[in-house]
Amino acid sequence: MLIAILSLTLLGSLLGLGLGVAAKKFHVEGDPLTAEIEALMPGSNCGQCGFPGCPGAAAAIADGSAPVTVCPPGGKALAQALAAKLGISIDLGEVADQGPQIAAVAEEICIGCCRCIKVCPTDAILGAAKQIHNVIREACTGCGNCIDRCPTEAMTMQPVPVTLQHWIWPKPEMVGA
Amino acid sequence: MGILDRFFKSHGPDWGVHPDDHKRPAADAPLRTLPVPEKLYIPMQQHVGGPARPVVLVGQAVLKGQLLAEAQGNISAPIHAPTSGRVVAIGEITAPHPSGLAQLAITLASDGNDTWGERQPVVDPFSLSPAEIAKRTAAAGVVGLGGATFPSAVKFNLGKRLKVSTLIVNGGECEPYLSSDDCLMRYRASEVVDGLRIIMHAIGAGDALVGIEENKPEAIAAMKLAAEPFGNVRICPVPARYPMGSDKQLIQTLTGKEVPADARAAEVGVLVHNVSTCAAVHRALRLGEPLIERIVTVNGGAVATPGNVFAPLGARVADLLGFTGLTQEPARLILGGPMMGTLLPHATIPIVKGASGILAFDAREARVPEAGACIRCGSCTRACPMGLLPLEMANHIRAGDLEGALRYELSDCIACGCCAYVCPAHIPLVQYFSHAKGELSARERSKLRNAATRRLVEQRLARLERETREKAAAAAKRKAERDAAKARAAGTSVTEASP
Amino acid sequence: MSNTLRPPLVAAPYAVTPHNVSRVMLWVAAALAPATVFGFWLYGWPAVHLWLITIGFSLFGEALCLRLMQRAAIPVLLDGSALLTGWLLALSLPPWAPWWLGAFGGLFATIIGKQVFGGLGQNLFNPAMVARVALLISFPAAMTVWVAPLPLTNPAAPGFIDGLRITMGGLPAAFDGVTSATMLGHAKTELSRGIDLAHSLVTVGAPADDLSGARAGSLGETASVLLAGGGLLLLVLRIITWHIPVAMLTAIAIPALIFHAIDPTRYLSTASHLLSGGAMLGAFFIATDYVTSPNTRLGQLLFGAGVGFLTYVIRTWGGYPEGVAFAVLLMNALTPVIDRYLKPRIYGRDRRGKALEIAEESTS
Repeated sequence: MLIAILSLTLLGSLLGLGLGVAAKKFHVEGDPLTAEIEALMPGSNCGQCGFPGCPGAAAAIADGSAPVTVCPPGGKALAQALAAKLGISIDLGEVADQGPQIAAVAEEICIGCCRCIKVCPTDAILGAAKQIHNVIREACTGCGNCIDRCPTEAMTMQPVPVTLQHWIWPKPEMVGA
Repeated sequence: MGILDRFFKSHGPDWGVHPDDHKRPAADAPLRTLPVPEKLYIPMQQHVGGPARPVVLVGQAVLKGQLLAEAQGNISAPIHAPTSGRVVAIGEITAPHPSGLAQLAITLASDGNDTWGERQPVVDPFSLSPAEIAKRTAAAGVVGLGGATFPSAVKFNLGKRLKVSTLIVNGGECEPYLSSDDCLMRYRASEVVDGLRIIMHAIGAGDALVGIEENKPEAIAAMKLAAEPFGNVRICPVPARYPMGSDKQLIQTLTGKEVPADARAAEVGVLVHNVSTCAAVHRALRLGEPLIERIVTVNGGAVATPGNVFAPLGARVADLLGFTGLTQEPARLILGGPMMGTLLPHATIPIVKGASGILAFDAREARVPEAGACIRCGSCTRACPMGLLPLEMANHIRAGDLEGALRYELSDCIACGCCAYVCPAHIPLVQYFSHAKGELSARERSKLRNAATRRLVEQRLARLERETREKAAAAAKRKAERDAAKARAAGTSVTEASP
Repeated sequence: MSNTLRPPLVAAPYAVTPHNVSRVMLWVAAALAPATVFGFWLYGWPAVHLWLITIGFSLFGEALCLRLMQRAAIPVLLDGSALLTGWLLALSLPPWAPWWLGAFGGLFATIIGKQVFGGLGQNLFNPAMVARVALLISFPAAMTVWVAPLPLTNPAAPGFIDGLRITMGGLPAAFDGVTSATMLGHAKTELSRGIDLAHSLVTVGAPADDLSGARAGSLGETASVLLAGGGLLLLVLRIITWHIPVAMLTAIAIPALIFHAIDPTRYLSTASHLLSGGAMLGAFFIATDYVTSPNTRLGQLLFGAGVGFLTYVIRTWGGYPEGVAFAVLLMNALTPVIDRYLKPRIYGRDRRGKALEIAEESTS
């Protein structure tokens, strides 16, 4: 009887001690997660996610109020990187990569007002006052900021055409089990 | 290399599959020549690498062999006119690709004369420097005709640089149904042997091994005869086992060497070229003829007279099928062999440099059995010539875990199709792997793009900051100037007022 | 020819093997048929009824699960795997077992042993063995009532109706005299009573009898020669490879040889071990189950050896006279581990998956 009580007491105090030491030794200072997530984001603050810029989205992802798939320009690659960072699993097949889109200028309507140029987060629009603007396809992230600013509705979002180089075999239909 | 290895070697390779080869009677039919069709459709990308850039204009008259499009970039190949005629269009046509997407092509209307342009034959190619041979081969648009369509000259230079000792000539042609290489070796063995000797000279190889599957005795006999005068060219019959025609497997069978993962064959001292490529090099050097035509096997249950046809590049599949005749509407059209070939969306697609065959399958051949559940029988594992675990990779890919598949070395998969062929549940394993490889490279691209975006954003922010700073500086400067002017004005007024 | 031939988008290869799952299953069934028919002859109509009932209920269990999951049952049933599961289970039951044993076993095999895991290809354990062990543990008495062979040609054998009565109503008193014990069971009981093998085995069949299989035992496990013949057929057809059967039988034979040499009065001979109980059925038909055995040759050798050795251990020192089912289940549990660690060497890489070094001499 006495031995049982003693051994349990000893066990309890040892485990308690262990927990105490662990709490001190492996103490995590602050929350570095938000900063790390923000470092992964595109950083263009385009606002497509519905949060105030990339830092806002990063904070929301870190506290779990936004899914890792929230960033359309980041696409699957970002979603995957974020999932890896947070140690969660996602089905990338479900990520609404609704086809990447980029902005295009309808040249016959553009009046060369330069408004779109000012809001482009990646300086992807070329042009000067009274000159027809043009989008550098490689630089456009498809954030869509320019669409609303255009007074003549010359800016539109166009899906990036699939080319032979970018075409991917579809995943086979699920079978059997 | 233990006793076990020797034990297994004596029994032939322990990988791969042995499908019905369906090569005869097509292989035994005499070689026919397709009359030049009225119009040829010549895609600008018939090779691995950058597409060629057209150098002709619509309406321009061209002669046979004239340059139509020049190579663009380090890995690329030029494209020449397969016949004389007039360029009638430069625009998009359906590519020989399962997606059915479009690709830039030059449409050439034949004038019916087939007049050659200027050719520069070389009497003695062995007097040329290796660099010169590579240059001429590149200029002739010669690419690997075994199906990989990698520009041959690039491989020559690589072989020269890495001091390749043995040239391996691939006459395996392990794909069922196909016999174009077989046909070439039967009828043009001397061209092949001459071409391979030119390549040996170009890469500085001391000897050449020609691997031919045992199911082509006629080709072996013809090649042995042609190679007889040359002691350093050896014709080696190899077991008929798919995928013997794959570079890595052929190298291992012929030399016992294994190409390390992520390394090139040249790094272990060998270089592989296809027999058709050898013949093309022979023509490019000895006759000065660019690569503008090739032997295409037309085979399959729907073909009336299956056989090999010598056809100009750019002839459409429909032209070839019209030439050989059809017994019924084909249920499926395939460019290349059934194991690794490309599904064609329709018949108005031109044949390209890498097109070794056109298969028109009847309904029975085209039947795709319904895929079932994996019973883990392990057939795929035993069949895989690379020693991979196809069922594990497919399971990971099905679950969306592409990294998991990569851990099983998905990147080593050569897409030979052995696993999907033997699968008793008919699971489209290769499609899983193709999908995963495509998806992974798309993610890689998107990662690069995100990095580029970040850079652009940072540059923009720096610019904005600089502009604000400059504006502020300019404003400050103006203010200072204004103040100074004001002070001066005050000063002068004071001085004016003071007297 | 038309330009608008739009085939369904499927990737190469466009050639397929003539093999398919149903064909594999049917060949296995064909290979089992001789031993099964011999079992019918040996044990009469009750065995036939039990066989039908077990298969019927295993098919029903599979169909029921598929219906509950709202999937079409017929195509899945046609793959033959549930048929084979029920068949193998039936062969491992006492031939005059009551109907509910077969029914419960059949349902247990396909529902708990297979469909719960996700159906064909997903189960960790061999469904037939799961059911056999479940029955053995739940109904030890009913599972160990063995009958002496009473061939159909024997006038004393029960007819069709009597056989049905035996299967449906349990063993009637009229046939009570024919109950017997299996050789392994008998040896174990007698050993535990302190009677050594030299004396106890006099009363049961010697190994010579074992070859023909005319002795008390499970419905389809006694005909070792016929089972081995069926196994050879599967080997010739390349449906199974030699690795698992050879490794398993060797791993039973070697310890049997050693211990029998040490003390023939305590340890059964190699022949008795190999020819009795489920050794042959297990080696060729149960342990070779694709789903629950490793995929690589080396893994299969290890797996087979494990099953064989565990079988010997359980038979010799365990509480049960027969150990194939337990041994198979134990090794089934190890299969994922074996598959994880024993992968084939990838071309151009070493066993660990690292790329090979580029040999220096090759450039010379």
